[in-house]
Amino acid sequence: MLEIRWHGRGGQGAVTSVELLAISAIEQGKYAQGFPSFGPERRGAPVTAFNRVDDKQIKIRSGIYHPDVVVVLDESLVALVDVAEGLKPTGILIINTTKTLEQLKKDIRFVGKIATCDATGIAWKELGVPITNTTMLGALVKLTGIVKLASLDSPVQVRFGRIASKNLAAAKRAYEEVKIINEGSK
Amino acid sequence: MGKRIGMEIALAAAEAAALCRPDVIAAYPITPNTHIPEHLSDIVAEGRLDAEFICVESEHSAISACCGASGTGARTFTATSSQGLLYMQEVLPIVSAMRLPVIMAIGNRAISGPINIWNDHSDIMYQRDTGWVSLFAANGQETVDMVIQVFKIGEHRDVMLPVNINLDGFQLTHVVEPIIMPDQEEVDRFLPAYVPYAALHPDNIVSMGTLGMPEIYAEAQKSKNVALVNSKKVILEVWKEWEKQFGRKYEPIQSYRTEDADIALVTMGSMGETAEIAVDELRKQGVKAGLLKIKLWRPFPFDDLKKAVKGIRVLAVTDRAVSFGGPGGPVFSEIRSALYDVPKRPKIVNFIIGLGGRDIQVENFMDMVRRATKGKLSEPYEFYGVRG
Repeated sequence: MLEIRWHGRGGQGAVTSVELLAISAIEQGKYAQGFPSFGPERRGAPVTAFNRVDDKQIKIRSGIYHPDVVVVLDESLVALVDVAEGLKPTGILIINTTKTLEQLKKDIRFVGKIATCDATGIAWKELGVPITNTTMLGALVKLTGIVKLASLDSPVQVRFGRIASKNLAAAKRAYEEVKIINEGSK
Repeated sequence: MGKRIGMEIALAAAEAAALCRPDVIAAYPITPNTHIPEHLSDIVAEGRLDAEFICVESEHSAISACCGASGTGARTFTATSSQGLLYMQEVLPIVSAMRLPVIMAIGNRAISGPINIWNDHSDIMYQRDTGWVSLFAANGQETVDMVIQVFKIGEHRDVMLPVNINLDGFQLTHVVEPIIMPDQEEVDRFLPAYVPYAALHPDNIVSMGTLGMPEIYAEAQKSKNVALVNSKKVILEVWKEWEKQFGRKYEPIQSYRTEDADIALVTMGSMGETAEIAVDELRKQGVKAGLLKIKLWRPFPFDDLKKAVKGIRVLAVTDRAVSFGGPGGPVFSEIRSALYDVPKRPKIVNFIIGLGGRDIQVENFMDMVRRATKGKLSEPYEFYGVRG
């Protein structure tokens, strides 16, 4: 089972990301959960959302404390919250940023695999707004292979209608452009 | 044929309700059930469902509107949570006394104060004695299935009672997961049109909700109790029909690995499957653990419980609500009372868990089993993992 934690700010679409990923996985025949951090949410405040994906039925309904993957939608959160908290040493930290590893090291103690993607830049170009949730989905899919990139088509279409193609284009670019900046220990 | 889809459970509950072709829906939004009526209002607005969606100004009005609508013979549905359910309370026993099959989904949430929007079972426990049939779902599939089943149960001529389906707030309402959604043809085949016993109509005058003098009030209460107790027969029949048509089995109490169990956990609602994992882990360690998952809360399945506990030495009952100053949590009290007459009854301990959204993990359930086995509980009931 793969457990994923998403960090964003209220309004950036972290909850939409987990819904889209869960639906993609389920439509591929897998089992998945997508859920927000339970409770009230305020626009702009740091929020988290979660996914579980597995090939067999998922029974557990407790919180996720030791994710395999952490996705950060907003780079300003890196200095604000411990985004790598509980992240498995063998896990992956994926950050929307243009910063280098050296620059990130000030705030991040995680020594495992770290990948970055300029999702804000991509979202500005492809969507015209700095909303990075679908963009970062592309990066996540590339690094984990948890679903096929094409499996996002249908749920994104249902969710976004006439702007679906722009979101899919953004996801595809992130899929191609995400890069691993720290391999971590093998 | 039904289709396997990924959908948020609250939305799926709304879709399931719409498949039952309700005539009237009246609801007032309150976290965490809000997505259910919100999605139903979308479905009505989109023209997918020909129903009257009444945007009321409060939960008290929502249930009153449902009561009135049901009195005219309309199939009615509502949903609420927490304070909203409490605000409905004075109307709830009236709906059951009038024998109106109003269906309600409850996204269970803690009760204020302190104010808390997260999940536990306090809200429904305050309504335990209102005379409604009451079911608990453990996952999204059960939620969808039960929403459809309960129209048939409540409207059955031998029942004629309102029904609530409890789905844990957030833990279920806000989770996207795989659900097999029946299609319209399947639901139509399962659920016949509602034929009311009596209906308010200007051409055929009847009185409903009349005054009950001392000479008749007690008989009315007894009659409601008899109806609720007798509803179990219909519930079992409807579940059999469901299993036959849809292949998914429902029982008042679902046993998990209890055949040779020494100790069994008891859960109600969404924690059941997490507890299953704990049972599996304990079995690997050689502990003969099992689990009883209660799905039918009212009428309480006394006989099923007696059968289910045969051979079990210790029952660790979990409760997600408090009976302040009482003998333990409400589920615990019920179970202890139910087993009082059983000659070889198990030792019964009570853990009050998961209040106001407190997370309970697999290790916690394992810990409860170990401690209950060793008898290391200072009180008959314990607020599990609570400071102070």
